[in-house]
Amino acid sequence: MFDLNPEETTALLLSLRVAAVATIGALPIALGLAVLLARREFWGRTIIGNLVYLPLVLPPVVTGYLLLVLFGRNGAIGSFLDQYFGIVFAFRWTGAALAAGVMGLPLMVRAMILSLSAVDRRLEQAAETLGAGRLRVFLTVTLPLALPGVLAGFILCFAKAFGEFGATITFVSAIPGETQTLPIAIYGYTQVPGGDAAVLRLTVIAVIISMSALALSEWLARRVTRDIRGFA
Amino acid sequence: MISVSARHRQGDFNLDANFTSDGRVVALVGVSGAGKTTLVNVIAGLIKPDHGRVEIDGAVLLDTAKNVFVVPAKRRIGYVFQDGRLFPHMTVRGNLFYGYHRGETIASPDEIIDLLGIAPLLTRKPATLSGGERQRVAIGRALLSAPRVLLMDEPLASLDTARKAEVLPYIERLRDHIRLPIIYVSHAMDEVERLADKVIRLDAGGIV
Repeated sequence: MFDLNPEETTALLLSLRVAAVATIGALPIALGLAVLLARREFWGRTIIGNLVYLPLVLPPVVTGYLLLVLFGRNGAIGSFLDQYFGIVFAFRWTGAALAAGVMGLPLMVRAMILSLSAVDRRLEQAAETLGAGRLRVFLTVTLPLALPGVLAGFILCFAKAFGEFGATITFVSAIPGETQTLPIAIYGYTQVPGGDAAVLRLTVIAVIISMSALALSEWLARRVTRDIRGFA
Repeated sequence: MISVSARHRQGDFNLDANFTSDGRVVALVGVSGAGKTTLVNVIAGLIKPDHGRVEIDGAVLLDTAKNVFVVPAKRRIGYVFQDGRLFPHMTVRGNLFYGYHRGETIASPDEIIDLLGIAPLLTRKPATLSGGERQRVAIGRALLSAPRVLLMDEPLASLDTARKAEVLPYIERLRDHIRLPIIYVSHAMDEVERLADKVIRLDAGGIV
């Protein structure tokens, strides 16, 4: 039953690529946002926090439409990027990655904020008294101690990006080989007669990949936590 | 020569204390809540007082009147915390050498490790150490960061009697073998009598 036809294989590989690019791209942004939101007091903090979490509560089709308005060929940001950097998101796989990243970002930021807030500030103070500047304290104390949450957020974001549907199809449509990711392919097969077998095959694959991501994140979190506690 | 003055208001608590000392080991004593830790944190730069001045061996680390505030990382003050605060994700060696890069230490790393009897612990993680071992490593870590003065905030308070008796001789060896001023915070008079050559008593935020 796992003899995927070329179209299904293409959708699967595209989904993996889109999710990987989305998650890796979101990582530095999420880390920066998490540090800002967890550790700094500044004007507009609530607004930025709400903006980051917005895709979590908005209907995905609305997020997709907003992406289309902003990053479409005629969009404010999209036309600028196209003109000066030759970067195009509209109806390209890069647009699917952008949509997936935007949808996964809140999950990643949330997990990172939780783990950054749980880091004992007194250990950071100790590092300061030993002569470490802010960046060194962050890289050698804060980040390693927050690593379980950072990894969990990374994998959660990957799983979300892999399964993203509504914002993606709204923003970049369903072009086979370009923007037709696995969830979009599943939806497509449900709309055609005789697509049941393909739907089932792709569904099983989606379940396996999502559950593997969850299992991997739990295993990593346990491992890293044990390393940190020192009972290895 | 250490000279400290600080006035600081924190909620209902008012710290108003100043002292100077050129003793080897100065003990800051007082009941809990007297402001000992607050005063030590002012010296280390972890608290910025409303008004104050901290000068150690001619280096002005804090002078609110002249808007001088040296950040903790640049103060070169070795701080041994009551709860050790070893980095849990690093080995004992990683902890010891965390601050070892900012200049001449008062003794070589080997001598310091030897003096504190922690050579057998180097590859262990803090979670596997006893309370006494942890404090000895914390002292070593502070010494290896090349401090001008060592602050010890009730380093024995979280230990039971047997562990105290284990660590105290190491602190005495430190005092006798290493030329470094020590500010030793405690509420236990027996420790203070054994270690200190000058006693400063704090009560309700002021020196008495």
